[in-house]
Amino acid sequence: MAIDTLPESSIPVTRPFRLKFGFLTATPIIAVATICLVLIILMAIFAPLLAPHDPLLLTPAQRLKPSSAQFLLGTDAYGRDVLSRIIYGSRISLLIGLGAAVCSIALGLLIGLVSGFFRWVDAVMMRVMDGLMAIPAILLAIAVVSLSGASIWTVMIAITIPEIPRVARLVRSVVLTAREEPYVEAAISVGSSLPKIMWRHLMPNTIAPLIVQGTYVCASAILTEAILSFLGAGISPETPTWGNIMAEGRAYFQVKPSLIFWPGLLLSIAILSVNLIGDAARDALDPRMKQREGK
Amino acid sequence: MLGYLVRRILAAIPVMGVVALFVFLLLRLTPGDPAAILAGDNATPEQLERIRNSLGLNEPIYIQFYTWIMKLLHGDLGVSLISNVPVLKMISQRVEPSISIALTTIVLSILVAVPLGVIAAWKHGTWIDRCVMGLSVLGFSVPVFVIGYVLIQVFAIDLRWVPVQGFKSISAGFGPFFERIILPTCTLSFIYVALIARMTRASMLDVLGEDYVRTARAKGIGETGVLLRHALRNAAVPVITVIGSGFALLISGVVVTESVFNLPGIGRLTVDAVLARDYPVIQAMILLTSGIYVGVNLVIDVAYTLLDPRIRY
Amino acid sequence: MTAANSSNVVLDINNLVVGLGRKADAHRIIDDLSLQVREGETLCLVGESGSGKSVTSLTVMGLQQKGTLVPSGGSIKLVGEDLLGASDRRLRQLRATRMAMIFQEPMTALNPVVPVGRQIDEVLRAHTNLDARARRQKILAMMEHVRLPDVQRIFSSYPHRLSGGQRQRIMIAMALVLEPKLLIADEPTTALDVTTQKQILTLMRDLQRDHGTAVLFITHDMGVVAEIADRVAVMRHGRLVETGPLDDVLRAPKMEYTRNLLSSVPSLVPRAARPETTEPVVLEANELGKVYRERSMFGKAREVAAAQNVTLTLRKGRTLGIVGESGSGKSTVARCIVRLIDPTSGGVRLVGREISNLSRRLLQPHRQKIQIVFQDPYRSLNPRVTVGESIAEGPINYGMPRKDALARARELLELVHLPPDAISRYPHQFSGGQRQRIAIARALALDPDVLVADEAVSALDVSVQAQVLDLLDEIQKRLGIALLFITHDLRVAAQICDDVAVMQHGRVVEQGPAAEVLTNPQQAYTRALLDAAPGRGWDFANFRPVSEGIVATA
Repeated sequence: MAIDTLPESSIPVTRPFRLKFGFLTATPIIAVATICLVLIILMAIFAPLLAPHDPLLLTPAQRLKPSSAQFLLGTDAYGRDVLSRIIYGSRISLLIGLGAAVCSIALGLLIGLVSGFFRWVDAVMMRVMDGLMAIPAILLAIAVVSLSGASIWTVMIAITIPEIPRVARLVRSVVLTAREEPYVEAAISVGSSLPKIMWRHLMPNTIAPLIVQGTYVCASAILTEAILSFLGAGISPETPTWGNIMAEGRAYFQVKPSLIFWPGLLLSIAILSVNLIGDAARDALDPRMKQREGK
Repeated sequence: MLGYLVRRILAAIPVMGVVALFVFLLLRLTPGDPAAILAGDNATPEQLERIRNSLGLNEPIYIQFYTWIMKLLHGDLGVSLISNVPVLKMISQRVEPSISIALTTIVLSILVAVPLGVIAAWKHGTWIDRCVMGLSVLGFSVPVFVIGYVLIQVFAIDLRWVPVQGFKSISAGFGPFFERIILPTCTLSFIYVALIARMTRASMLDVLGEDYVRTARAKGIGETGVLLRHALRNAAVPVITVIGSGFALLISGVVVTESVFNLPGIGRLTVDAVLARDYPVIQAMILLTSGIYVGVNLVIDVAYTLLDPRIRY
Repeated sequence: MTAANSSNVVLDINNLVVGLGRKADAHRIIDDLSLQVREGETLCLVGESGSGKSVTSLTVMGLQQKGTLVPSGGSIKLVGEDLLGASDRRLRQLRATRMAMIFQEPMTALNPVVPVGRQIDEVLRAHTNLDARARRQKILAMMEHVRLPDVQRIFSSYPHRLSGGQRQRIMIAMALVLEPKLLIADEPTTALDVTTQKQILTLMRDLQRDHGTAVLFITHDMGVVAEIADRVAVMRHGRLVETGPLDDVLRAPKMEYTRNLLSSVPSLVPRAARPETTEPVVLEANELGKVYRERSMFGKAREVAAAQNVTLTLRKGRTLGIVGESGSGKSTVARCIVRLIDPTSGGVRLVGREISNLSRRLLQPHRQKIQIVFQDPYRSLNPRVTVGESIAEGPINYGMPRKDALARARELLELVHLPPDAISRYPHQFSGGQRQRIAIARALALDPDVLVADEAVSALDVSVQAQVLDLLDEIQKRLGIALLFITHDLRVAAQICDDVAVMQHGRVVEQGPAAEVLTNPQQAYTRALLDAAPGRGWDFANFRPVSEGIVATA
């Protein structure tokens, strides 16, 4: 019999990892999400060109005006143009989302890799992570911000800290699973050094779940920033952020609900898009994760 | 069983220790003089000195930690900087609305989410599945307060079915309690339903692929029996886990929901404390909610042993 | 054989076609399959992986993946009743009452959170009107019938409390409690140790004799076929290759494929011994031990000795087999010797140098002298690294320039009979047997003195297994490498080993030249192991029973 003429269709095939962006248009819904996100990003980049007014300009004579040709979405309690503030608000949201995702992934990856490999570090680190996870994210962020003052950096740090444990645990579990794989043992037996094994055989396994987790962190960071601002514990109120616009709108909710609905709608669309892209990335990067859940 | 319980409780101690240490260090490691941070910008030197003494800031840091921890263990969570009332007392006066919406939310969410997740997994790949998944992504994505204001606009302002805001204790009768708690509960349930439904579906999908489900079908028992008796019970452990870990999410949600609906709960207390920079209150809230979180997860760990005979204790 | 009298035909499959998906031109997983199983008869359905034998059984039960595997032609009749056209409701009624099935993995086939008694009870509650007392009586009687001990206790036990053999007995009890006409057994003993396998096969034979059940028995193992079959049907790529009475198929297979399949089965009779050598000893294990401590916060630490006092010697150019059932500690010994885990006592001398006490760093220069090939070809190669890089990794670690290492990888691929252009491809582009060749090439890249093969052919189909064994033999002849061969399969051990060590409960119970240990065992355990080897009476490769072979050569 010729060598290996038998089909082995029953065994699932793991393909080498390649990042492809085809998944961004996998279904119409995801394509729409991608377009929405791209539009919001463009809006943030070109905010000075798009905004009809200065978002900080106070016009006391024009307080709480309804929509008009001059102010498309009306004005707020200080007479500032709501549309311009919403356009500029996208900048903070995206910056915080991206920043928190990058920072928490970098730190979580480091902690997770080290924990996955050194038992005593693991014992200590995982207790610390358990402790951090026990603190509700909003309260933790509130405490950090209220102590160190509200700036975009403290808010970003405050949002990043509670996200780190989730990333670290994810990386750790991937590493713990992967290091049991025979190919890692094979690498040990051909004399590969620990850094080489980590870099070559373990790290690649974490990339796919990390990309997915990164999008979830990004979505959750955007949400947390808005909540912080909404509660009055965020970036200083005159800065245009979606959360701040809504926070001011609370007092005038019964008079002018659109102060909450427009930024709320945009915020929801942004987070929804990022979440949907995260789900799509998960399905595309790891078919086995499709059914399971990492959220 | 007792040994297991003791072990679980002992394992919870370092977690709470980390929380306490974190809260302690947060104040001390923030750049600047902690007393000045706490006292605010207009504090007199006498006020600063008083705060410094009450925190023991003149002592070495490990002595500070020791005295602070000992106070905590005696139930002394400190005194509000604004009202000079013991924090524990402030919290106990405001705890009822928070517990009410937390409990109603958990019950409602489980009742809604578990069936949704089971059906989605059973009808995997159909439009029902896609609807449930879509709803769940929506639940994760729309901020709690946006949902809250939409519900207020529709049901309180437009339809006038329920009062806009406020809270009535259940001791004032079930009707008034119910009509004020229903909107906050629905608001808060959104994200929790999303979380639990998603996990139920994923866990059920895993289990439905197991050999023993095939065995159950090979026995010729009906689909309901297969789904409920064989699949759901095995799928329960991750679902219960996510109910536990989602508790932190729930507490965060309570804070926001109370602000939206103007409920006089501990969430409002926290937000007021933030605006007034009343750090002892924030600190106490972190310790308290983390304690509740650890406690809930402890109960869940014990619940595992009832659900799965393989978990040894 | 299809022209049988139809009066006692229980299962009648005619021209069955099962496609992958609903399209008319869908790939056919089962193609034009016809089979009959009669009352009181065992039909063994034999084939290698991907032959469609399991799909056949699931389709009969109506348990195939709906929407993915679609029966698009032919018919399946159970005692005259058409199954393909039956409603879901009717199929449910038929299951467990007319037809029942037992599965390969007794570990996963039972619901872990329900006591086993209740799992059998479900069958009775679904299909009978008996009251609780009567049901319990019936279940206990059935459990005794399948020779389970202490049935009252087992009735209320959870599956994880039972051994693999006991669980499979529970599955059999569950399947037969309503006396179905047809029993489908899908590799029911593959996951079990040989001694347990023998008991289960005996039990199934006896039950079938008592009840006259028709059995469709699916297996890949010719030994099992020889033990249990009345008739044999050989499948390949979804088609029936040939079918006939057991003796006819084993003695005079009509088709080329069946002949090849049979000749690939290694003989249990040890190969002719090679002359003793005085070559230097390359590997010695001295009273090697590995104890696992389970720490608990209360009470004493529990100690589990995975291996105790294992002493082995291996000379250059020789093959030493370690055989034993699962849990015997054979893999622990292999992993201690390669230092993937650290032994807790005893020593390992590799080419004259003690390595068991070296630190990881000091061990580094010695690693290249001993290499290992693992069992699972699908997990032992990193899916994200090219074949060439995988093979070259070792030499590069020991200072060989990358270019030379890749050139060496090319040579090695040729040595293991793979095309040199395989070097730039990824593991998923290769079949299991090819991947195992790649794993061997990787192990050889460092010119080791000792090659450890840990169940290296166990996951492969028998025809591929034969090729890999030939390859190992050829490599040993060419390179003079010493082989430490870990296997549970006595047939494989008989064909490749010079010496054999039999392990049980972490200890070596018997050790010596393969020809002696496997033909004239001194220890009761070794005898039991040999006695339980399925199909021990048959010399498949020569198409005759072993006894006739002895007569012929005597």
